[in-house]
Amino acid sequence: MSNGSTSSIYSAALMDHNAHPDYRYELEDATHSHDGINASCGDELTLYLRIDDENDIIEEASFTGHGCAISQASADMMAGLIEGESVDEAKRLLGLFIGMIQGNELSEDDIEDLDEAAELQSISRMPARVKCAELAWRTLNGILTERETEK
Amino acid sequence: MSSIDITSNPYKKDFPLLASMPDLAFLDSAATAQRPACVIEALDHFYKTMNANPLRGLYELSIEVTEAIDSTRKSIARFIGAGEENARDIIFNRNASEALNIVAQAFAPTVLEEGDEVCITIMEHHSNLIPWQQACKKAGAKLVYLYCDKNGFISDEEMQAKIGPKTKIVSAAHVSNVLGVTNPIARMAQLAHENGAYMVVDGAQSVPHMPVDVTELGCDFFAFSGHKVFGPFGVGVLWGKHELLESMPPFLTGGEMIDYVSEQDAVWSPPPEKFEAGTQDAAGIYATGVAIDYAEKVGLAAMEQRERELMRYLAERMDALKFIEVVGPADPDARSGAYSFNVTGVHPHDVSGILSGENIAIRAGHHCAQPLLLFLGMHTCCRASVAFYNDASDIDKLVEGLELVGRMFNV
Repeated sequence: MSNGSTSSIYSAALMDHNAHPDYRYELEDATHSHDGINASCGDELTLYLRIDDENDIIEEASFTGHGCAISQASADMMAGLIEGESVDEAKRLLGLFIGMIQGNELSEDDIEDLDEAAELQSISRMPARVKCAELAWRTLNGILTERETEK
Repeated sequence: MSSIDITSNPYKKDFPLLASMPDLAFLDSAATAQRPACVIEALDHFYKTMNANPLRGLYELSIEVTEAIDSTRKSIARFIGAGEENARDIIFNRNASEALNIVAQAFAPTVLEEGDEVCITIMEHHSNLIPWQQACKKAGAKLVYLYCDKNGFISDEEMQAKIGPKTKIVSAAHVSNVLGVTNPIARMAQLAHENGAYMVVDGAQSVPHMPVDVTELGCDFFAFSGHKVFGPFGVGVLWGKHELLESMPPFLTGGEMIDYVSEQDAVWSPPPEKFEAGTQDAAGIYATGVAIDYAEKVGLAAMEQRERELMRYLAERMDALKFIEVVGPADPDARSGAYSFNVTGVHPHDVSGILSGENIAIRAGHHCAQPLLLFLGMHTCCRASVAFYNDASDIDKLVEGLELVGRMFNV
């Protein structure tokens, strides 16, 4: 009966990130924070980053908010990926992830770089959920774009 | 016990989409209804045999279309209790939102002044909320809310406290698209009129589910959408008291709504044409008339009874699921069409996404009623809505789907 495609997105890894997020907390000494909203479903997310401006390194990343399992797990996976990385690397991962969600084919290296977030690839075939998966990443884009214009 | 058998379904065969998708449990009729074959065929019939611009009928086809539109006006006037003789108080537009915007943007400025109040309920759909926010901002008026209890009921005390001498307009959903409750419109109208105010009703969720009589309701304006009452997309209806339609200015201006135009000025046509600028969706209006005929043939009272049984069965099955949090009245008889709920600890979009994989269509989100959900202490919820063409098997499928959600999320 089940067509499988919807339920298969709820992998063990995704369910675990949703139920036990590592990065879901308010970052007191954040240098940047940005709100992302998903108007169609009312999801709200605040992304916090502490960026070391001298070395352009994202020292710490976290998020708060509410949303579906996909948006929450995606945010948790993203925070884990970008924490400790350079701003340029975060931008590269952002490009990879958004490209993947929009249906671009990924190389094996790219898949490795996106780690668990690459599991969200099948979302590209579920238009109603694309915005959920993208929410945290779009919010990251907001912070990084704003930071560049400020510079 | 009732004599209505919800395990049998004599109606499904009338709806080509439902008949061709026997595995689909369509539980989102509050968003848009399915259409019977006669309505779909009416659109085809119109374009194949009747098509012409109904511009006041200068040749045979055009005269026929104009007559078809006038005939639909009569059907609708009768259908909502306004009386066939008042067919010219039926205005066609695109949807209930546009109909309510006509009232908020063309009528409201004629009665609203700084310091006045517009009173709406906390359970309004955004389409009967944002137009009033805007109208109040423009006039310097205050938007006042009638709050309900957790079962969705607005008390008489609340109405008496909020509807007063400063109130110029009261506008309310006849039936809530989230809670499914029927608001005490007649009482609101009485209080509004005692205070010299006008009563506006958003009937989008009532017209598909119960016999409606605007005279009994005592309202001044009544709006609904054709697509929720088995008609095609793109046709909305506004009924208004004739003297108000007569005295208020038009909403949109342009072709077809004038009697005479000079270089600097224009004389408006009388209603309804005054409010129907531009070419109307004549085919859609014709098919809406066919939809109303179909609804009357099934019978709104029969639909209401069948839906009550469906709602009772739905509530009974849902009550047995430990992880369901009901949003709105505990009594299923207090609901028309809509049954909202949450699965404990699971976001509504995950619920609807998983159900979608099982061929079950429900709505999830804020249901265009964000202030209501915040008032109820939540951001989003799920909504299953029924129409008379549903049956017990749709509800059984929903419950099985929710059991799957429960297993996946360990709730």
